[in-house]
Amino acid sequence: MIGESVPRLEDRPLLRGEGRFVADIDLPHQLHMRIVRSHAAHGTITSIDAAEALAVPGVAAVWTGADVADVPPIDFRQVGADQMVPYRQPILAQRRVRYVGEPVAAVFAADPYTAEDGAERVVVEVAELPPVLDAAGPLGDFDERLDTEAYVFTEATGDVEEAFARAEHILEAEFRVGRHTGVPLECRGAVAAHHRDTQTLEFLGAAKVPFQNRDALAQMLGLPPSRVVLREAHVGGGFGVRGELYPEDVLVALAALRLGRPVKWIEDRQEHLVAANHSRDQLHRLRVATDARGVIEGLEVEFVSDQGAYVRTHGATVATLAAAMLPGPYRIPNYRVTGRVRLSNKTPAGTYRAPGRYESTFVRERAMDAVAAELGIDRAEVRRRNLIGSDEMPFERGIDALGTPVVYDSGRYETMLDRVLDHIDYSALTESLAERRAAGELVGLGLGFFVEKSGLGPFAGSRITVDGSGRVTVTTGEASVGQGFETVMAQICSDVLGVGLDSISVVHGQTDQMSYGMGAFASRATVMAGTATHDASEALRQRAIEAAAEMLEASADDLVMADGAVSVAGSPAQAVTLGEIASALGPASPLARGRPGLVAEEWYTTSHMNYPYGLHAGVAALDPDTGRLAFERYVIAYDVGRAINPMLVEGQIVGGAAQGFGGALFEDFSYDEIGQPQATTFMDYLMPTAAEMPDLEILLSEDAPSPLNPLGVKGAGEGGTNACGAVVAAAIDDALGRPGAVTSLPVTPERLHAMCRSLAATG
Amino acid sequence: MKPAAFDYRAPRTLEEALGLLREHQDEAKVLAGGQSLVPAMNFRLARPAVLVDIARVPGLDRIDLDDPGSVTVGARVRHLDLEHNTIPGPLGVLLARTGRWVGHYPIRVRGTFGGSLAHADPAAEWCALACALDAEIHCRSANGARVVEACDFFEQMAFTTCLAPDELLMGVRLPSLGDSWGVGMAEFARRWGDFAIVLAIAAVERDGDSVARARIALGGVAGGPVRAAHAEAALSGRAATPESVAAAAAAAAEEVDPTGDIHGSADYRRDLVRTMVTRALNQALA
Repeated sequence: MIGESVPRLEDRPLLRGEGRFVADIDLPHQLHMRIVRSHAAHGTITSIDAAEALAVPGVAAVWTGADVADVPPIDFRQVGADQMVPYRQPILAQRRVRYVGEPVAAVFAADPYTAEDGAERVVVEVAELPPVLDAAGPLGDFDERLDTEAYVFTEATGDVEEAFARAEHILEAEFRVGRHTGVPLECRGAVAAHHRDTQTLEFLGAAKVPFQNRDALAQMLGLPPSRVVLREAHVGGGFGVRGELYPEDVLVALAALRLGRPVKWIEDRQEHLVAANHSRDQLHRLRVATDARGVIEGLEVEFVSDQGAYVRTHGATVATLAAAMLPGPYRIPNYRVTGRVRLSNKTPAGTYRAPGRYESTFVRERAMDAVAAELGIDRAEVRRRNLIGSDEMPFERGIDALGTPVVYDSGRYETMLDRVLDHIDYSALTESLAERRAAGELVGLGLGFFVEKSGLGPFAGSRITVDGSGRVTVTTGEASVGQGFETVMAQICSDVLGVGLDSISVVHGQTDQMSYGMGAFASRATVMAGTATHDASEALRQRAIEAAAEMLEASADDLVMADGAVSVAGSPAQAVTLGEIASALGPASPLARGRPGLVAEEWYTTSHMNYPYGLHAGVAALDPDTGRLAFERYVIAYDVGRAINPMLVEGQIVGGAAQGFGGALFEDFSYDEIGQPQATTFMDYLMPTAAEMPDLEILLSEDAPSPLNPLGVKGAGEGGTNACGAVVAAAIDDALGRPGAVTSLPVTPERLHAMCRSLAATG
Repeated sequence: MKPAAFDYRAPRTLEEALGLLREHQDEAKVLAGGQSLVPAMNFRLARPAVLVDIARVPGLDRIDLDDPGSVTVGARVRHLDLEHNTIPGPLGVLLARTGRWVGHYPIRVRGTFGGSLAHADPAAEWCALACALDAEIHCRSANGARVVEACDFFEQMAFTTCLAPDELLMGVRLPSLGDSWGVGMAEFARRWGDFAIVLAIAAVERDGDSVARARIALGGVAGGPVRAAHAEAALSGRAATPESVAAAAAAAAEEVDPTGDIHGSADYRRDLVRTMVTRALNQALA
């Protein structure tokens, strides 16, 4: 069962229109919330007049910052630091607005139309202040006391000075990755109700991290966590963006408490593009020291991460990961990095699929190509000379990320390089590309090697129960954002128990169903919840066999479990089904011995992440007359240790690659000179469609199972995205015959057209 | 993203429809396929007090081939029906080739030819095509009917036509291009289905090895569709050679005055005009 590409359990309801997303949830007497957002990038609120809005029939309430001044700002969920505390976002702007789209007021009305009628009648006056739009430029003022540099950190290993002192070659470069983010098919949303009979606040439409958000909401609203229940419904994509705790979520919960009616909020797309977390937007400056053979002896990096207007739940996560993962698959013994988390008057930022790694892979692989060009060494060869050997595993990087030392658990990097070079027939390909270029075509190859991280701890739990019919229920506190979580958990459980997938239900993201939970982020769900489910399934199997031994009056050693029953080996007629065992384990049954039920619960804890790795290779042709870039081939090799469901892994890679291409070629949150966002609809925020995507050739490998969990699995969510920017840039350089031509993303047709013209002009 | 309140009317006759437009004038908007109007209403960029849905008005959804010299396309003919049309000769080819570029498939299923013309997006394919072919736009109000030349129909301000508030666009009469004509269409957009950054439509009448007449219209370079008159002049009466095509394309790039936006600067658009005109003409002359 493990390793089989079984169809998704989730698909049946989703394809039949039976899915239940947050917008499908309605509660009697609910109010609808509409947010009034700042139209100014930066300024002081001089007045808010809600009189006309309150006069609209059906408008029940209008709140401004003053009404919620008692609610604290939203705290960090991870990678917080004292210095960043003053930069957290209030749920409604307090006196100052800091980005276009910032919540300034909330209107509550009988239906969403009326709420919008009311919202457009709230008059907000702002005395505008000069905005900061380039975080890498001069610092601005966050408020009267604080400037816009929220956090600076340095990580180092080895002796960088010494490495540069003895270097044969020193290269300097600057690279920039633009601002884009995850744009799930389903926008954000929430429905909250305060049940006075049980004094419980119920929050529906939770995603990603329901348990952490329960605790955060309880703290902000002054409620006991046990009286706050978060429930996850179907979720139409997460990508790091959806499910974080945002101002709108807190407002919905608060309004349900204070207004005494259920409150519903469904975000629209225009809001999403200015209000949900943006991401990326980093500028890196680096110096590389190499020996005569192109082996990198020292690397020094300083980068600025444009955090937008506030530091949200992720704290310094993205910058921390960029710093920690920048060296990637290469040995680089001496490394120093300084990250600067700076604010600007743009939408606040957070994580997005391969956070910090999309950026740092672009930077590192650009640098690797530069070393190859500078020293006249083949690009594959220079990478080979720098790869960490499989005999060096586990490999200690010597720096920390997310509170844990970066220790690559396993990897056979050179094997992967060889596999990809064989697959594309590297020498023949480079030769034929050179011939085509000589004949006038602009066609080139890019390579992008990377290490991902996955399976972030510290814990996940899984409880498996069997009812009297034999139905198996796997309950975890982890979450599904649409990635196939239920299928994967069911496969792992089925593999141990031998019951069919149709007999397994998976419950996730319900805070009243499990004591603890983390969630769906950092490619952790399969690793963490999968391991817990594996362990719980083993425990349940043991308990079923022990009970069956008594029921069948046989020795446990003689029993086998298959097809939902336990039988005596060799005599299948002597059997009891799991349902019969469960029924026999009632509370009063002597068989139960005070522990009723066919149930097992296990918790998997770890302080280490594990590290999948991959290599992208793409061949692209450039049309000099329009600047359009088209990939003729795109290969993604990825090692996830062990693929529970290869089809789902491939699906993760394909979807991830589309997002990687988006950031490299299409998606760009640009702002004009006064801080007005220029991409606020899908006409201007260009996500690639199927028509823009090349056919992907996916080489899934299981060369390096993780030694850190019994399944050997590593996370599969982010490898498709990681190296797209690096490969797009490298393929363009190669097509133009201009190493180092691309230093920033996204590369638009207009920029490519200009590069082609300058190439034609200079020969 | 919910529209402001509006009344919805669904007349069953042309007379009733025209009566509603006369009654409500500026307050009314005609709803056909709704692929532009409904999003604009959801953004509250359009706030009609009354929507007059012409879905049930008979006779607007036909492609009329009865007249040998022309084809009349009813206002409510869907993009998809033109993409898969059975109109004979070069006109059918041009409509099919152009239709593929209109939005995405679901948009082409619902959206209408007349709706696109009345909406007058400066980058719309049908507007440029109508302009290139000197189409006749048939308009009607309760007071009577009139015919407007396509190039006069579009104002040089985006989303603006000479259609009066009480007028309904009934249909468009296009010349059936004879076999001496060749047609071409080229468009550049960031993604498949996006509005064009630049598009070019070309229809060229051959006279042996030379070009008798050339008609070239451009989209995405001005407030409305424009004819590339200098380019047409540079080609008409000349031999159909790569040099004359290049001269026409250069003339087109020279005569336009585009404005830039986040998807393409003015200079880039001008360069694209040259490329798109070249490609459209090469198709037309192939």
